[in-house]
Amino acid sequence: MFKFFEPNKIFQITSKAPKYVLLLFIIVLSIGLTEALFLSPEDYKQSDAVRIMYVHVPAAWISLGIFSSVTFLSIFGFIFKNKNFFLIAKSLAPSGFVFNIIALVTGAIWGKPTWGTWWAWDARITSMLILLLFYAMYLISWRIYETEEKVFKITTFITILGIINVPIIKYSVDWWNTLHQPASINILSKSTIHSSMLYPLLIMTAAFALFSLLIFLMKYNTELIKIKNKGLDRL
Amino acid sequence: MINEIISMNGYEAYVLSAFSFTLLSFSALYLITKTQFIKEQDKFVAKFGSLNSEKAKSAKSQRINKEILADATNN
Repeated sequence: MFKFFEPNKIFQITSKAPKYVLLLFIIVLSIGLTEALFLSPEDYKQSDAVRIMYVHVPAAWISLGIFSSVTFLSIFGFIFKNKNFFLIAKSLAPSGFVFNIIALVTGAIWGKPTWGTWWAWDARITSMLILLLFYAMYLISWRIYETEEKVFKITTFITILGIINVPIIKYSVDWWNTLHQPASINILSKSTIHSSMLYPLLIMTAAFALFSLLIFLMKYNTELIKIKNKGLDRL
Repeated sequence: MINEIISMNGYEAYVLSAFSFTLLSFSALYLITKTQFIKEQDKFVAKFGSLNSEKAKSAKSQRINKEILADATNN
């Protein structure tokens, strides 16, 4: 089943896809920015400061989604001894890391006008900072360990430890008294956000997802060429 | 009306700095990733160029190597 995903077979697609993904990303981002900055209404309580939500929330969602994907790919790679899963996970991680930084920084910027402070050691914010540390450990491990077997083991271990933090991030606002507001968007129950704000948020999320796909494709192609470079050395 | 939109009820510094930071981070990540890709691609082309005809023929028998070379010449 995994043979379909072999790098030699999918390079033809992954090498051509980035330019189309980039074009689509620019289109969706332009629509998203117009909606988020100009067309969506201001909040009755937070006024225009609410617009920060359109970059903060998608960044947080995607950084959590990418870390979860990296974890499952690492576990599958470890179980099925499939190097390509590790390669995909490694290529996904940089955009997850950057989205995590964006979520923290834009959260701090949003915190100042709404809570009166840039930073608080609140459960949601602290657990997001811990996630950033796991991302950093994961990325550093790929740089410092030379042997593949060792790096596969260590990165899988880091992601398994890190994934424990993901439900903590999600439910921190329900489990503890935090400054951070509870989730406004629920998949299983009714969302408390109006459609005039929900649609721009979804468009910006789509744009951010396209950007992470673009970075993933470019990074994955780089990793494949790196492997082929080593192959040329062995000829 | 334009002034109203730009001033964002006094929150423009917060909103625009959040959006600017996001877009700057995107640009930086894109440029770093693109540079790494081009560097690795150039390394591949240089290595391939230094191979003797027999080794080059053997390397070209792999479809992915041919595609990397084609992609490099297209860029």
